[in-house]
Amino acid sequence: MVRMDLLATLVPALPLLGTLVTGFGRRKLSAYAAGGLASAMVGLSFVCSLVLFLGHDGGTHIVHLFNWITVADMNIPFAFQIDALSLWMMLFVTGVATLIHIYSIGYMHDDPRVATFFAQLNLFTFAMMLLVMGSNFLVTFIGWEGVGLCSYLLIGFWYTNPGYNYAGRKAFVMNRIGDVGMVLAMTLMFLQFGTLEYAQIMDKAGSFGAGNPILVMCTLLLFLGATGKSAQIPLLTWLPDAMAGPTPVSALIHAATMVTAGVFLVVRSSVLYELAPYTQEVVLWIGVATALFGATVGLFQNDIKKVLAYSTVSQLGYMFAAVGVGAYSAGMFHVTTHAFFKALLFLGAGSVIHALGGEQDIRRMGGLRNKTKTTYITFLVATLAIAGIPPLSGFFSKDGILAGTFEGHPVAWAILVLAAVFTSVYMFRLLFLTFFGTYRGTASPHESPRVMTIPLVILAVLSAIGGVLNIPHVFGGNEWMKQHLMTAVDGVLNEHLSITAGTEFTLMGITLVLVLLGAWYAWKLYGGKTTLDGEPDDMPFLKRLIARKWMLDELYAYLVERPFGWLSRHFFSIGEDKLAVPLTAGVGETSYRFGDWLRKIHTGNTSLYLFAMMLGVVVLLLITWMGA
Amino acid sequence: MEDVVTAIRVVPLGHYFVLSFLLFGIGVAGALLRRNILIIIMCLELMLNSVNLLLVALSAWYGDAGAQVMVFFIMLVAAAEVTVGLAILVQLKRNAEGVDINQLNRLKW
Repeated sequence: MVRMDLLATLVPALPLLGTLVTGFGRRKLSAYAAGGLASAMVGLSFVCSLVLFLGHDGGTHIVHLFNWITVADMNIPFAFQIDALSLWMMLFVTGVATLIHIYSIGYMHDDPRVATFFAQLNLFTFAMMLLVMGSNFLVTFIGWEGVGLCSYLLIGFWYTNPGYNYAGRKAFVMNRIGDVGMVLAMTLMFLQFGTLEYAQIMDKAGSFGAGNPILVMCTLLLFLGATGKSAQIPLLTWLPDAMAGPTPVSALIHAATMVTAGVFLVVRSSVLYELAPYTQEVVLWIGVATALFGATVGLFQNDIKKVLAYSTVSQLGYMFAAVGVGAYSAGMFHVTTHAFFKALLFLGAGSVIHALGGEQDIRRMGGLRNKTKTTYITFLVATLAIAGIPPLSGFFSKDGILAGTFEGHPVAWAILVLAAVFTSVYMFRLLFLTFFGTYRGTASPHESPRVMTIPLVILAVLSAIGGVLNIPHVFGGNEWMKQHLMTAVDGVLNEHLSITAGTEFTLMGITLVLVLLGAWYAWKLYGGKTTLDGEPDDMPFLKRLIARKWMLDELYAYLVERPFGWLSRHFFSIGEDKLAVPLTAGVGETSYRFGDWLRKIHTGNTSLYLFAMMLGVVVLLLITWMGA
Repeated sequence: MEDVVTAIRVVPLGHYFVLSFLLFGIGVAGALLRRNILIIIMCLELMLNSVNLLLVALSAWYGDAGAQVMVFFIMLVAAAEVTVGLAILVQLKRNAEGVDINQLNRLKW
């Protein structure tokens, strides 16, 4: 038990130590020292997680560090909850983070602020660990805000570009909107349950009964927080802009780990969601809508990272659809496989960008498969995985979600299949435009150094074989992931698929055929592209609409920014110019004039002062006597 | 101790009042009207000690030791005050070449 306490504390403590050392020593450390140290800290953290994971007995353990907030009958300890769910998150987050740290050594080596970069990456890992390990909502919330802060810092890492700062600010503000929901949910839960501990809340929630409005409110507010962090409709527009950050950041924070925090939160609170069927419907349909939204917009993007960003939005939609129908293990499975292949895609994109000296426009790429062989092969694996081609990991995880939704919501299933087809089209379009055809740019492509390609290879292996974690029964597997999560997530116990093996195979077949058709379509359009074509101005209306993400930014500008700006301007002209300024300036002016007049009695004649003092004493005495 | 109290009580209380009021009045007048700082400080001492005198007299007449405690406090404060006052006086003499209080008229605004 002591050993477990120590290990569980080390998991977040090591990245924190790394942050402090690289942060404070950033002027002294060389780029490689900072990168090596930061990677080692996260790597050790991964080892600790692995030891904890292997020694896990299937139970739920609370590692109590200290009493944090104790006021009257409110007692919020600073404690970690070690169970199957948090262990799983710890394991894959630190694992992917380690690989991305190592990759960053190569990617960021010539940046002047590389030590700062690693300090912030480590800080992110620390915050993410708090998020997944917290034993109550408040500890999770520290991590939740911490990852938000790191996201903001790292999006605006190249702060001399005003556009990047703007993107960081946008992410921050969007997340704050979600956080309001989170804070309100926590307040409501504390009022209702008198505690914020996960275990106690889940115990007490049962007495409220299914469909209780309080639970619906709680879960909806929590979900609002999740939509902010996980870029779901309506708070998704920050994620594509977040691609302003360095590519390893996009891979780690805006694809593999942080954005899945929303899914984690829903799975963590599965008991509450199970008791609020109305919220489950909302989660499902938001997820489905987002999956389709992201997939359609991804079709028309020309920036390699933007395509992947919309793909992330879309895949997160799948995860929410899964938890919305109560298929928590499928959702978590997709979180995991997505972390592998999306991190790989981003790192591969980073490798391509690195190879081309900063070029991100896929129209000016092409033919790179011979020049950057490792990147090409790993990117191909990731593309096949995300498109859902068996037997790669994405096939199993996406199939789990599709099978889960088909049972109760065939319409949702159909939309998700459509989104899967779009996924296949835009991913193969990206692959073909980047690696096939002939090179259409001007740089001289070269393969990235080994420190960058080795993480790619490891992630490619994981993306390829990640499916074994949760092989469904129809393939003779035993759904290991589901068995594993069952000990920690009560919602998993309610999962049961009643569709027959025949139906399941049919569904898989339909999806697979459509996905392959999508890939073939992409090949036909983009496979042998040799010319550089400019932005077509005469795109049909719908295409233009989709390419501009369904005008969502414009809609928000129209609905929120403009009324708000109007209001602010009027508050300024009335409140500031007509009220506050005259009032405050008037007070100052008056006291100044009074003082100017009053200072004349200070003649400097000490006898006069003495006399005035005596007079004052006499007057005071007189007043006292009169009063008495 | 009894002899002192008896000795004080030989004089009627009203006389003490008159004497200390006179002393206090002289002190006030001197402090306000004189220009020599040394004299002013002496006048301040006079005022303080006129109060002491009255307190001692009252203490003896009413048999209340509390007033005598006040006297000790006043003596202490007076000692401290005169120390500071004389130090200022010496500095003034050195810097301003005089002990006239109207030389301090630059202390304004």
